[in-house]
Amino acid sequence: MSTYILKAVLLAAIFTTTAVHAAPDAAHAKLVRSTADHSKFKALNRTFDSGPEVTKACLSCHTEAAKQIHQTQHWKWEYTNPQTQQLLGKKHVVNNFCTSVGSNEAACSSCHIGYGMKDDKFDFSVEENVDCLACHDATGKYKKPSGFAGLPVTKDTEFPPGSGKIIRGINLTEIAQKVGPTKRTTCGACHFNGGGGDGVKHGDLDSSLEAPNKELDVHMDVDGNNFSCATCHKTDGHQVPGSRYAPTARDKEPAHLRGKAQSSNPATCQACHGQAPHKEAKINNHTNKLACQTCHIPAYARGGQPTKMSWDWSTAGKLDKNGKPFVEKDEDGYDSYMSIKGDFVWKENVKPEYIWFNGAVKYTLMGDKIEKGDKPTQINHFEGSATDGKSMIWPIKMFRGKQAYDPVNKSLVITHLAGNDDTAYWKNLNWDKAVAAGMAKANVAFSGKVDFIETESAWPITHMVAPKEKAVGCVECHTSNGRLEKIDGIYIPGRGSDHAPWLEIGGWVLAALTLLGVLFHGLIRVVVNERKS
Amino acid sequence: MSRVYLFKPFERFWHWSQAALIIFMLLTGFEVHGTYSIFGFEKAVGYHTIAAWTLVGLWIFAIFWHVATGEWRHYIPTTDKIIAIANYYSSGIFKHEPHPFKPSQVNKHNPLQRLTYLAILTLLSPLIWVTGGLYLFYADWAALGLGGLKLEWVATGHTLGAFLMLAFLISHLYLATTGHKIYSQVMAMITGWEDLGHETK
Repeated sequence: MSTYILKAVLLAAIFTTTAVHAAPDAAHAKLVRSTADHSKFKALNRTFDSGPEVTKACLSCHTEAAKQIHQTQHWKWEYTNPQTQQLLGKKHVVNNFCTSVGSNEAACSSCHIGYGMKDDKFDFSVEENVDCLACHDATGKYKKPSGFAGLPVTKDTEFPPGSGKIIRGINLTEIAQKVGPTKRTTCGACHFNGGGGDGVKHGDLDSSLEAPNKELDVHMDVDGNNFSCATCHKTDGHQVPGSRYAPTARDKEPAHLRGKAQSSNPATCQACHGQAPHKEAKINNHTNKLACQTCHIPAYARGGQPTKMSWDWSTAGKLDKNGKPFVEKDEDGYDSYMSIKGDFVWKENVKPEYIWFNGAVKYTLMGDKIEKGDKPTQINHFEGSATDGKSMIWPIKMFRGKQAYDPVNKSLVITHLAGNDDTAYWKNLNWDKAVAAGMAKANVAFSGKVDFIETESAWPITHMVAPKEKAVGCVECHTSNGRLEKIDGIYIPGRGSDHAPWLEIGGWVLAALTLLGVLFHGLIRVVVNERKS
Repeated sequence: MSRVYLFKPFERFWHWSQAALIIFMLLTGFEVHGTYSIFGFEKAVGYHTIAAWTLVGLWIFAIFWHVATGEWRHYIPTTDKIIAIANYYSSGIFKHEPHPFKPSQVNKHNPLQRLTYLAILTLLSPLIWVTGGLYLFYADWAALGLGGLKLEWVATGHTLGAFLMLAFLISHLYLATTGHKIYSQVMAMITGWEDLGHETK
């Protein structure tokens, strides 16, 4: 008996010692992730009444950060496409969601990484107007409410004034002391909400990616790879690569190597996976025509949050019997009609459309002539063909809309939507006033007439990469009326429309005649035999 | 009743394994073509490819065997008695006339068979092999200097080959019943011995 006790004590002693040795290591590993504890910084041990005050404190150590930010598309909202020379960016494009930033800055700039962009007079050269916290907040408490020109609210404020709705002030000191690297939630605060709400615009970006499982996103899987956005959008000097204004449609570069200078886009699949990522050669063969996304993202809006598929502005402005704007919901509880916005269609688990795409995107900009016709106006036309030697087959979300335009000058228009004033459409539902105000602010000629035109905008599908077991199966394209039915210029085995009709008809006629011939021959033999016997 | 030993063991093995492979490849090939769905496209492609390589292996042995044994001579074309044989199949067979051709170890195939098999070996098979090989090595076309080739041409050629092979298979299966007894020729390919009936000397 006593030997048992002795053994037990010895064993316990061994375990305890091991545990004592192991514990400090684990704690140690957790501590050294960052070399700086921002709560210990003097510059941050104070009360902050505004965003720019925080930025000044940040810049007292990170002296070059604002200069870096000033160079970026995130800051400038402006981008010249080197290929087309078109002047793009949020400052310039008109889309078919909320259409344009112009004349709506105070609302839109809650997603600008700056403070105080209330109109087109914003000074882009001021360093303390850079908003560090929009991207580096680690608490999840940082908010920039719409209508405040991108400023956080630090004291409880009634907004809109006289509405009785209170926006709670946030504690900037706590947020500033806990800053960290960007996360899915900081990027997502804007990019998951593009188009004015969760999942609205992209379809492959919505709040479900804040903490996705493997099924939804094999790279961001919280229990697995747990990528942040910046793992792929590998940022250098605050420059975030991978903008869709000039996408990399076809990456023929090898996988990036640590320490080696790389000039290619780090956000592509190939930047990590290289050119021949599959075990089977037959599958690798497909990479000369197919973007990885085409097979590896079987559907978008897979995380439970639907995305908007269409938006008809022309039906906006209806009032209920009390003369008030109203909202209708679809069966899942999403807005299907809003007096201030028109009709929407939401969808989940959407199979993408597929197109040839070579990376060139041609925008229809203010002043470009547009005409009502058989085909909708292309807000951003994705160029490409089977024969240009640069195109790949890409999955896209095609967003279909009907939006205001000037039928006399034949141009898209800038509509003043948001604002607490008499001309804002969301305030008084008057198109003539709203468009006139928007066009005046933008200093663009306007005929005074408003009509509605059908438009389409294309969104590359590139997020929500599924685990390989869930990739699109061969037969979904190698069949008639499959996913790639509309892709022209290539022969897809198994797709009936590629078959030569002379061979299909001739081949089966030959087989049938041969069969009939031998059956007939055989029949005569049988009949003759019967007679003889 | 006379019997003649026509088909050696390897020849019989070659025939039946080739028959099985060709039928299986027609089955999987037309599935890849999109005509129907049995295995599913992905599996059909895999099976078709495995069967193709198996047949390549079989052919290597078969070619060696034909050369080494001199059996290739059975495919030398001849027009001797060809009219008589055509007449036999179009009328004589119904009147129980004797077949104008008597197979023997030195002359296994009648002239029509010789011509048909020769056409299959020298025209149809190369069409299928070349287009099929190109299909398999699609990714390497540029490296092989074939960058100008179109998959559409290759696929159309391969499909043409498949239809011709199907027509051959149908007629071949039927003609196998036209021996002395309905099963005589099939038995010949199983046992090696063909029963030629009593009218032979």
